[in-house]
Amino acid sequence: MGNASKPRKIRLSTTPTPEALAELRLGDVVYLDGLIYTAREGVYKRALEENANIPMELPSESAANFHCSPAAAINEDGTFRLGAVTATASFRFTKWIGDWMARSGAKLIIGKGGMSAKDYKEHFVPNGAIYLTTVGYGTGALLGRGVKRVKAVHWNKELGLAQAMWVLEADNMGPFIVESDLAGNSLFERENAKISANLARVYEGTVPAVLKRFGETDDRSDEMIG
Amino acid sequence: MIPIDLIQRTAETLMDKAAIEIPQDYLDGLQAAANVEDGDLSSFVLEAMLENYKAAKEDRRAMCGDTGTPRWYVKMGNETRIEGGPIALEAALRRATANATNGVPLRPNRVHPLWRTDHDNNVGIGAPEIEYGYEPGGEWIDLITVHKGGLFGTDYRMLFPSDGIQGIKRFYLDCLVAFGKRGLACQPAIIGIGLGGCKDTCMVLGKRAACLRVVGSRNSDPRIAELELELKELGNSIGMGAMGFVGKSMVIDANIEVGYCHTGGMQMSVHAFCLSSRRAVARVFADGRVEYRTDPDWFTDYQRRETVEWEMPQNHEKSA
Repeated sequence: MGNASKPRKIRLSTTPTPEALAELRLGDVVYLDGLIYTAREGVYKRALEENANIPMELPSESAANFHCSPAAAINEDGTFRLGAVTATASFRFTKWIGDWMARSGAKLIIGKGGMSAKDYKEHFVPNGAIYLTTVGYGTGALLGRGVKRVKAVHWNKELGLAQAMWVLEADNMGPFIVESDLAGNSLFERENAKISANLARVYEGTVPAVLKRFGETDDRSDEMIG
Repeated sequence: MIPIDLIQRTAETLMDKAAIEIPQDYLDGLQAAANVEDGDLSSFVLEAMLENYKAAKEDRRAMCGDTGTPRWYVKMGNETRIEGGPIALEAALRRATANATNGVPLRPNRVHPLWRTDHDNNVGIGAPEIEYGYEPGGEWIDLITVHKGGLFGTDYRMLFPSDGIQGIKRFYLDCLVAFGKRGLACQPAIIGIGLGGCKDTCMVLGKRAACLRVVGSRNSDPRIAELELELKELGNSIGMGAMGFVGKSMVIDANIEVGYCHTGGMQMSVHAFCLSSRRAVARVFADGRVEYRTDPDWFTDYQRRETVEWEMPQNHEKSA
């Protein structure tokens, strides 16, 4: 592994204290203990737009919202088989995240790719929450190992297995990486800024396409040629 | 005549292997990338992935929770006969997909695009895709399953001859940089590039270049092979690694496939086969033998033929 230094590793409860969260630094590697629940567009819509009662006590049972659908099946006798567990990209859930935090008291949002700086400033910081990103992506087998058992699956009939609310008992479940801290700083944005500094050199000599596309200009009266 | 129940059983085994066992060629490629990676965070990510592949095999659980959208590439020899014919074959592959989704288990990813109906088995309208290829001679059938994941990393653009190689590089970089940020493309990946064809075939070529060629394989046209190596190098010089962290491992390999296109155009597509490059292959013979492998060996000289007629090479073994 080249000359890379190792990030520090930390165990964290899924109902973390503000002090424990304040300890975390961008790039720290976190392993979780306690209950964790999956919630993505299906759960958000049902809870926030259809005002369904959330079938858990939040945040006392869990303050950890995982943007995830596990590779899992429900047996005929109602027991569960859980294989791999990985996250889905979180940026799509911006429209619900503020209301969800208010409703659920979530302190840990876990997913893929982080959310925008705007989301961190507007929703995460006021709620004392941070974002943990999965690693890879994705270390599905390792995360699956960290699930001691499936405690419950809610709303699977209404939403299907992929969108259901899975309640997982995490035991040293990880790795996750701290992507945002209590001040709303973002690891991805920090890395992007470093990489962007190098891009002009990489693009040197390449030429823009002769036929443009919308999106490369914001002015819809523009022509695409030249 | 190849028995249909043997095809279904083999297909179920392939679904399991694809989801759980990272192909050796990709693993070797990733290990090589890990050996030279010096970004702290990127290194940590690659190390975690290597550990993850081991855990998946030990536990016999899927390597990634997003088990992609299972699909089938089927190749047959000219003399191949399937019990029950092509309809029975497609039914067997659909059954195997549904059974393995529950059995492995895989994530039931496939839903209706508008109504979001989920059959919880990865089968539905047009799912799984089943695509066909043929080879001269032979009585075997190759079953290839690919579980390509991800919603990111793919793009298409109509380029023109005047865009040239520099235009190709520009669009390639645009795709890697855009989808590499925050690791949305789940890199380092096998990057497949389709050039030419028509819009649809260009996408198909790029996808097949990513999914049906192994790491280290080169296009049979030496000048294209050279461009592949150049693009691999270019991608790894961006300064971006796994998860979009500072690093140098973006591309495990760059594979280009071409098709003849309209004289005025130079269509280009880019596809990324992710850290979970799931593919598994089996050849089923008429006598009931089954040979498992991870190299689809899709792009034979016959698949890349340019001429009207095809003459069988002298040394071609009919039973191969």
